[in-house]
Amino acid sequence: MDDQDRFEIASSPHASSGRSNRAIMCFVILALMPNAIVSIYFFKWMALRLYAACCLGSVAAETIGCLIRRKKVTAGDGSAVVTGLLLAMVLPPSLPIWCALLGSIVAILLSKEIFGGLGQNIFNPALVGRAFLMASFPALLTSWTKPITLEAVTRATPLALSKFEAIRTPMADLFIGNISGSLGETSALAIIIGGLFLLIKRAADWRIPAGFIGVVILFGGLLNLANPSSFPGVDFQLFAGGLMLGAFFMATDPVTSPITKKGRWIFGLGCGTLVVIIRAWGGLPEGVMYSILLMNAITPLINRYTRPRRFGFKIG
Amino acid sequence: MLLKSFKGGVHPRYFKDLTSGKSIRKIDPPDRFIIPLIQHTGGPCAPLVGVGDLVKKGQLIGKSDKYISSCVHASTSGKVVLIDKAPHPILGKAQAITIEADGRDEGVKDFSKVRDMGEISPDEIRRKIEEAGIVGLGGAAFPTHVKMTIPENKKVDTIILNGAECEPYLTCDGRLMVERPKDILEGLGLMARAIGVDRAIIAIEDNKPEAIASIEKALQNTQYKIRDTKVVTLATKYPQGGEKQLIAASLGREVPPCGLPFDVGVVVSNAGTALAVYEAISKDKPLFERVVTVSGDCIKEPSNLLVRIGTPIKALIDACGGFKKRPKRLIMGGPMMGVAQTSTEVPVIKGTSGILALSGEFTGGREEGPCIRCARCVDVCPMRLLPTDIVRLARKARYEDAKGLNISDCMECGACTHECPARIPLVQWIRLGKMNIPKG
Repeated sequence: MDDQDRFEIASSPHASSGRSNRAIMCFVILALMPNAIVSIYFFKWMALRLYAACCLGSVAAETIGCLIRRKKVTAGDGSAVVTGLLLAMVLPPSLPIWCALLGSIVAILLSKEIFGGLGQNIFNPALVGRAFLMASFPALLTSWTKPITLEAVTRATPLALSKFEAIRTPMADLFIGNISGSLGETSALAIIIGGLFLLIKRAADWRIPAGFIGVVILFGGLLNLANPSSFPGVDFQLFAGGLMLGAFFMATDPVTSPITKKGRWIFGLGCGTLVVIIRAWGGLPEGVMYSILLMNAITPLINRYTRPRRFGFKIG
Repeated sequence: MLLKSFKGGVHPRYFKDLTSGKSIRKIDPPDRFIIPLIQHTGGPCAPLVGVGDLVKKGQLIGKSDKYISSCVHASTSGKVVLIDKAPHPILGKAQAITIEADGRDEGVKDFSKVRDMGEISPDEIRRKIEEAGIVGLGGAAFPTHVKMTIPENKKVDTIILNGAECEPYLTCDGRLMVERPKDILEGLGLMARAIGVDRAIIAIEDNKPEAIASIEKALQNTQYKIRDTKVVTLATKYPQGGEKQLIAASLGREVPPCGLPFDVGVVVSNAGTALAVYEAISKDKPLFERVVTVSGDCIKEPSNLLVRIGTPIKALIDACGGFKKRPKRLIMGGPMMGVAQTSTEVPVIKGTSGILALSGEFTGGREEGPCIRCARCVDVCPMRLLPTDIVRLARKARYEDAKGLNISDCMECGACTHECPARIPLVQWIRLGKMNIPKG
């Protein structure tokens, strides 16, 4: 018994759910797989090299960032891979490799590492990467490719077609993903499948996509009712562009979204409202990226004003 | 059926089936007892005996004149051999009376004889509870007679019997409700009488169907019937048995910050305590024994044992066949709020609900990672706090700011740490922060 009289000393609790950050990242990566597969089917090698470039670029940038900060290299925690995959999904398939690499470096170094690494960033890294490329290389970011045949097309994405030329893409193509566009805005179906997996595994909070998509249905629907010729229908609003990817995978990034339940509702509703406004009246055909980045910016404010009611404390 | 519950909380792995089917077994008193003079919330007792004195089972050996305190009794007959600092499961070391048993186990009276309680008065009930040294047996060990003394300006209408037993592994209360439902209900009736209420709620989590059935059956034939008694089935969720959560779940009332249950007209008592009250009044039996769950993946035969207060936990482990494999952690209490022990020499005290020997497979404690703001801690906090934000402040010693986030509301249930995917010791930081908050 003498030997056994030595025990580990620790403060309670002495039990753990067993979840880990890594597991959450793995769920996100898994949830992105349906869309990765569909996009590789439609855009072949173009998609493959873009995924490879963004993921490798992100992991490399994270490693360098950690080394510069003299912290333990955390490139293996899966978050850099998530950023890489998401970045690739918001880029056009024909984008040159160097441009994708540059985008990943900006996404990781300038939006995440500079703030102190995982958990410290204000803005969604993948979206910052895209915003940077969009501002720097607008022509490259708006050259699209036809699925399967991989022909370069001058005609733009369904959202641009609708906005500037009043041409509506058939719903079936939108839903399956047989359209030109970024890797992640093509197949709404694949994104929804992955998104639901994410929600079921509780790796993302359901309130954000619910608020996001809900308000697009409501607000977008009202606009369409008021003036069907200039505002497309709800189904189009939902399945064209990056709405699904944004609602399920970008806006739900825990680091850059609110920590309170009420806050998450506000965040989702805000994103959705901004998307409809930008799409309807903005200068751009698509507004998912900017709406999420804008809401990221006010996340600390949302947290501050949505603190849960103190237990046992009655108002009035 | 829609089960009652509170908002937040976690679903830990329960491991209750290790002992939930095991009948309570009495173990032989050991040769040596360590009876700490402080086993409760409140002032410590002064010894009433000296070294060399002979004592009998049930004899009063320690008493305090503080309002919040509880007296202690000898657990067997024998000789006082030492009054000095001795191992204590919570305080590390504390003044204790060490008794060497004479093996005769002679009592000051026969504690098995049930007397007719008749029309016993509330004051008489309180006095008996105080004399028997009864404290809350759920773990916090608050003196029960103090709890039963309602301040003049408070109006209490309900007594809740806490049978939630939400801590994993522990099954001692569940077993008592299965085996001695009638006595528990008598005890509940006596407490209701002491505080003058005619409404009682017996709250049990739905993972103890046997206990619910047993209590419901026994409700038919108790002497101290309470006019309005009902069994409420609660969802199985931790910390359902937390006093504030239990009241919110079963009555929909929220105890105010820093408040006590009687601020919302409620008194809560644990099931084991109710039994002790019954025995104190019907048998004049002081609290010198209790039921302890001995469990964990390192215990050969996990069991529920009826144990004398002051028994070193080594005797309990031996009574369960010893260790199956080398435990990494030895815990007194449940895994969520229990206290890690350094030695098997520490004695069982009144608040000891369990002894767990864990191999460390489920204890967590892997390397800490960065907070990804997933807010699981916020989602599960039963007090609706923002653990991640509070800890951020506590780490930087910004205690004044942490106070602004109501750090003192934390009841240290550990749900946040249990959930955290980054393995951040959240509740541990909060504990540290609470100790450092500026007064006033």
